[in-house]
Amino acid sequence: MLDDFFIRALVAGIGIAFVAGPLGCFVVWRRLSYFGDTLAHSALLGVTIAYSLEFNIAVSIFLISSVIALILIQLQKKTNLPSDALLGLLAHSSLAVGLVVIGFLAFIRFDIMGLLFGDILAVSKKDLVTIWVGGSLILLVLRLIWRPLFASTVNYELAEAEGLKPDRAKAVFTILLAAIIAISIKLVGVLLITGMLIIPTAMARNLSDNPQKMVFFSIIGGLLSVVIGLFSSLEFNTPSGPSIITAALALFIISLLKIKQTIKLKN
Amino acid sequence: MSLNNNILIKLNNAGYRHKNKWLVRDVSFIIEKGKIVTLIGPNGSGKSTIAKIALGIHKKIDGEVEKYTDKIGYVPQKISIDWTLPLRVHDFMLLTENIEDEAVNEALSSTGVINLKDKNLGNLSGGEFQRVLLARAISKKPELLVLDEPVQGVDFTGEIALYELIKKISDELNCGILLVSHDLHTVMSATDHVVCLNGHVCCSGSPIDVAKNNEYKALFGEKAAQILTRYEHNHDHVHTIDGDIKKN
Repeated sequence: MLDDFFIRALVAGIGIAFVAGPLGCFVVWRRLSYFGDTLAHSALLGVTIAYSLEFNIAVSIFLISSVIALILIQLQKKTNLPSDALLGLLAHSSLAVGLVVIGFLAFIRFDIMGLLFGDILAVSKKDLVTIWVGGSLILLVLRLIWRPLFASTVNYELAEAEGLKPDRAKAVFTILLAAIIAISIKLVGVLLITGMLIIPTAMARNLSDNPQKMVFFSIIGGLLSVVIGLFSSLEFNTPSGPSIITAALALFIISLLKIKQTIKLKN
Repeated sequence: MSLNNNILIKLNNAGYRHKNKWLVRDVSFIIEKGKIVTLIGPNGSGKSTIAKIALGIHKKIDGEVEKYTDKIGYVPQKISIDWTLPLRVHDFMLLTENIEDEAVNEALSSTGVINLKDKNLGNLSGGEFQRVLLARAISKKPELLVLDEPVQGVDFTGEIALYELIKKISDELNCGILLVSHDLHTVMSATDHVVCLNGHVCCSGSPIDVAKNNEYKALFGEKAAQILTRYEHNHDHVHTIDGDIKKN
């Protein structure tokens, strides 16, 4: 028999995989891996603020990540530093500040490992509601901005010229990224959320010749990673985040074999 | 609103500055339904910049742009598609608008690339890609087409055919066209109104008027003027801006 906590983790992971697939595609297409990383690192600060003010964790992470995204946009406009340097600056300083604040809040017991790498035991019934309701909202909004976001991913000027308002779509997408980080932190952990977005998508890229297929396969890849990862986490008593990501990596490697086969067929 | 409801777009002393340097300034023209306006000028004269001003891609501009349509098709000068994004020609055709399959096929056939419909965009040659770009822009049946060097990289016979197609589209769809080109020879014969740019408007008018203009000769040299003189010899009339035919 499966334990309740494990079923909760499974249901949570499946919900996250459905959302991570399509969002991950855009992260890869728009080259936002490091941007996602930066938002995820800042999530730790969100957690500490939530604890110290006794505030909802998901909402707090969502707000902090959105603020960090806004700060990034301002810094990009006002400094001469390249984007990757700014991302590194924000990612590591927000992670550091988060850890320092945790040091100050000695009176609260933090499971730092759980925050960084995810904890299979941490998912509560309330979290399930957050994940599935929040996840559905994220997918709904993504559906609404799909055309302008996709068109501007292919070519910004074309989208702008033909009246699709790409800047608005980009801003909304940033908020969606902050939102998925907020809902998946407990299971996957701060350091590995970007992996959940990118690795199943990278696998899907190896199997797809059009965008719809790529979204489909990255959802499938995410679901398989979650199921395989969580069962092995249970079996070998490993942290849930790394287990899921390792499963995703295994799937990616298998998808590379598929590429080799197709190349052979072509020759 | 405009008095003349054939007007699709109107630029009033439009200009654009980048880091306090004028890229182009004081450009005024109108594009009406069924008319082709061509921007010519040397490299760096601001042709593409004007196209982007008209399209609203450049936002902080001087002067004004009055637009009376939002059904716009655009063929940009440069476009690079990322390899990380798997995209077939068919997907690309539906990029900014859902278009019926019939219209997609028709547009791809008219530019001669219907056989590429299921090909990956990354595998096309430069000329093939250019034809797909043009097909995408016209498949929307736009009221205003903005074509920035639309035949670059297309082979010579294809080039002539595509210019004929552009002319045909402007007649059939009755859409206005803003054409950016440095290819004087082919372009001028189909154009209703020419704007000769070099950071500002050097001269403008019907192709014949522009060809006779001294500033145009100074900009492009005597050779270019001769091309148009030859063209003039083959025809006994010119089209004025309002579409009337004027005998020489």
